[in-house]
Amino acid sequence: MPSFAAPALASGRRMPNRWDGIAMLLVMGLLIGLVDVGRSTLFTPLLSSQATTIHLNPAYLPAYALRTTARMFAALFASLFFTFTFATLAAKSRRAGLILIPILDILQSVPILGFLSFTVVFFLNLFPGRVFGAELACIFAIFTSQAWNMAFSFYQSLTTLPADLVEASKSFRLSAWQKFWRLDVPFAMPGLVWNTMLSMSGGWFFVVASEAITVGNTSFALPGIGSYVAMALAQKNLLAIFYAILAMLIVIILYDQLLFRPLVAWSGKFRFETTASTATPDPWMLKLIRQTRVFQAIFDTAGELVGNIFRLRLGAGASVQVDENRKPSRVIDAIWYAIIAAVACYALWRIIGFISGSLHWSDLGQALLMGCYTMIRVTVLMTIAALIWVPIGVWIGLRPKATRVVQPIAQFLAAFPANLLFPPVVVAIVYFHVSPNIWLTPLMLIGTQWYILFNVIAGAAAFPGDMREAVANFRIRGFLRWRRVMIPGILPYFVTGAITASGGAWNASIVAEVASWGKTNLHAQGLGAYIAQATTAGDTPKIVLGVAVMSAFVIATNRVLWRPLYAYASRRTTLG
Amino acid sequence: MDQVTNIAAPLVSVRNCRQAYHKDASTDLIVLDDVNLTLQAGEIVGLLGRSGSGKSTLLRIVSGLLKPTSGEVMWRGVPLTGPAPGVAMVFQSFALFPWLTVQENVEIGLEAQGVKKAEREERTESAIDLIGLGGYDTAYPKELSGGMRQRVGLARALVVHPDLLLMDEPFSALDVLTAETLRTDLIDLWMEKKLPVKSIMMVTHNIEEAVLMCDRILVFSSNPGRVAQELKVPFAHPRNRFDPAFRQMVDDIYGIMTRRKAPTAQPMTPATGFATKLHPISTNIMAGLLETLEGPPYDGHADLPALAAALQYEADELLPLGETLSMLGFALLEEGDLHITDAGRKFVDAETEERKEIFAKILLAHVPLAAEIRKVLDERWNHRASSVRFRDELEDHMSPEYAEETLRTVISWGRYAELYEYDEEAQQFSLEEDEEDED
Repeated sequence: MPSFAAPALASGRRMPNRWDGIAMLLVMGLLIGLVDVGRSTLFTPLLSSQATTIHLNPAYLPAYALRTTARMFAALFASLFFTFTFATLAAKSRRAGLILIPILDILQSVPILGFLSFTVVFFLNLFPGRVFGAELACIFAIFTSQAWNMAFSFYQSLTTLPADLVEASKSFRLSAWQKFWRLDVPFAMPGLVWNTMLSMSGGWFFVVASEAITVGNTSFALPGIGSYVAMALAQKNLLAIFYAILAMLIVIILYDQLLFRPLVAWSGKFRFETTASTATPDPWMLKLIRQTRVFQAIFDTAGELVGNIFRLRLGAGASVQVDENRKPSRVIDAIWYAIIAAVACYALWRIIGFISGSLHWSDLGQALLMGCYTMIRVTVLMTIAALIWVPIGVWIGLRPKATRVVQPIAQFLAAFPANLLFPPVVVAIVYFHVSPNIWLTPLMLIGTQWYILFNVIAGAAAFPGDMREAVANFRIRGFLRWRRVMIPGILPYFVTGAITASGGAWNASIVAEVASWGKTNLHAQGLGAYIAQATTAGDTPKIVLGVAVMSAFVIATNRVLWRPLYAYASRRTTLG
Repeated sequence: MDQVTNIAAPLVSVRNCRQAYHKDASTDLIVLDDVNLTLQAGEIVGLLGRSGSGKSTLLRIVSGLLKPTSGEVMWRGVPLTGPAPGVAMVFQSFALFPWLTVQENVEIGLEAQGVKKAEREERTESAIDLIGLGGYDTAYPKELSGGMRQRVGLARALVVHPDLLLMDEPFSALDVLTAETLRTDLIDLWMEKKLPVKSIMMVTHNIEEAVLMCDRILVFSSNPGRVAQELKVPFAHPRNRFDPAFRQMVDDIYGIMTRRKAPTAQPMTPATGFATKLHPISTNIMAGLLETLEGPPYDGHADLPALAAALQYEADELLPLGETLSMLGFALLEEGDLHITDAGRKFVDAETEERKEIFAKILLAHVPLAAEIRKVLDERWNHRASSVRFRDELEDHMSPEYAEETLRTVISWGRYAELYEYDEEAQQFSLEEDEEDED
């Protein structure tokens, strides 16, 4: 089972430094810039062409599902393009990398769901009066949920290219373009495919959340499954919600079976290893493609065409000697730093200007308090999830047969957009009159707990056979077995899953801490609800504050807890 | 006009080449110093030396991958500014693209030149056949054995019809039998003039390999890398390893490679400072070699080539071992021979605990770094010291990799001798608890 560390973790030993601060300023400044552009149009009346009617008749669902999927793939291509350009620039240019990588790191932790409203208004403003703007806004929202970890994974591959292959490419004088497609991309492929799969899983959540949006008194709904659910919620139509869940289930099964299983298996060919590993059977779709003449002919022709493009001799690149003695120019460095500092100062000035006009220190206190509430929720949920899924995951992972059955299911469940499962829970809370403060909480982790499960399974499955025999031989059992053997053995895998799960939970709090059923509105105390309510009220400074505080919480948890834990786990629990 | 001068000029000429590695704090680290080399068409030249003697660096400078700090590199009479079109390289690690088939791997150099498809396929096919890979065209590298992989590496280099074939320890990652087959196949093709190359330059640390294949051998000395001696190999191909003249030449080269080190072999006066590079040699191997040396048939004296052959070691594995024993005063290394000392005999005869005590005394006396660490620990009130300061000090005198290796070695030796303990997590040296009580 392929398993890759979350990109955020692999850069674990990098301590927070001034570049992180600058990156934070730049990201926040950029978002405020978006807000400024958006704010001017926030109160313009809605154009009639944007108001699309959503039908609850299940006959419309296939078409809605298709449009939702199309948005997903549009965003995926945008993410790939971003990955290939941004990460390449960051890896090849030391100066660009200095600032781009911290920015990427911050962007990963920003709950972009909170900024949905601004990106929406920004894009509507770009194409006033056209649905195209709304479509772009939705695709952009999905893009922001996919691109960062893909770019990170690609960047990391580029910085760990095997030295001998780089030398071979140079000595055979491959052009920059040829090297990119012959060495850079193939080497990054397994990690990139895996991260794309994780991104897609996260993306379904966002596509559902971003199809129907209300900001202040502007609202729009794009035809798609997300809007269908929103309409069903407004009309209290439980049956329609079940139809939507069913449709989504089918879409994800198809995407999983037809695209991603084959793709992951195929990317194994690019695994950088010198020995042939034990072959796992190909997924049926890949077998079909490999063994059917028609498919073969199609793929061969396509491969030939693509190969010709890859062979183009673009870019000089390889015809220069490495000069170890050449020092980077201090003057250009100084100019570069000065530009970054100037932009950061400008961003700081804008942020201060933006906040000082409308916010007081009490608002910050309020946001921090709300953040603490959500923090408690996330902590409790993670603890419960760990207590449940770690033993189950280990039990499954140690049994190859069970692993083969459960692992694909867990990965599948991680892809299912959890927000489709919210309505039944909301209905139950309304019906039983229980506290939303407690019972809305589990929704935050419904979607992301599976990351813990399938990573723990992968960890237990990778547990070396001879060590298991040693454990049996020395009769290590019970608590001792957990403390000395199993928990250290799976720790790096658990942390990988947990960081995804907890990051996802923070993000999900924005949609999970508030819920509605017809005219009934439920909301829990927390930072997610704070952001969601500010969004509904169109109170932009509070949204910015909420998002900034949430980013700070997420970054702090990663830096203080997860990264040191991961560094410790991978140092301590690996031989050599 | 150009044509005429180019043909008259040697393929490669390197003049006063120096490669230094600049350090901010103190002196430069010199990898290559004042190296001169001329390569004519029609010869196989070997660069022979230990790891760290800069021979691979020189190969990369000749290939145009690396720019020397100073000196002149001419390719066919023209200064070299980048990877030259007429040079192809074979790598120690093969450097095959795992996601490309044998055929695609071989084709890659032609793709880079923009050769059209039909010609590309034809030339690839003939290179694959020439090197004995026919039938493996569609296999992926990971399906092949090491020997077959290196054949792909050779075919990939030959297919571009280079004037100069550069080989960086091409057979050292292969087992003995496979390496021998590949060497003889290559020499056969060379003698039959079937190789589409004008000249071959290879880097090796294997003395026999150099004498077996090369027409000319440049023996490198280490720290800094210099050409210690240049030798012509007078034997005709095919050469016989068991010919007495062949053996004599191998012996002579062993002598050359150990000669420069002889003055430092005085057991009681370590000519070594705080920042001597330590070879990462485990105490088990030291003990094993001393026991072998002390016992029959050597009885305290061994000829290095013979010892290497008997232990199935290669020259660059045995030499650092001999040097380390000599530095510690357990043995003497002279002119390719190793002699055990009294300290060495005492160590061999001792029991486990006693050996540790002897080793501790030796470390304090002969390894200034170990003595320094222990001294600092004794002076500190909490008997703790961070390893970072020692690493930093070492890095002022050697490359970060060597500093790391030296530190690892001194940690491992000190642990064996129970001079100090080391906490990897905290990167901290400390004294053993019970020892404090005794004080």
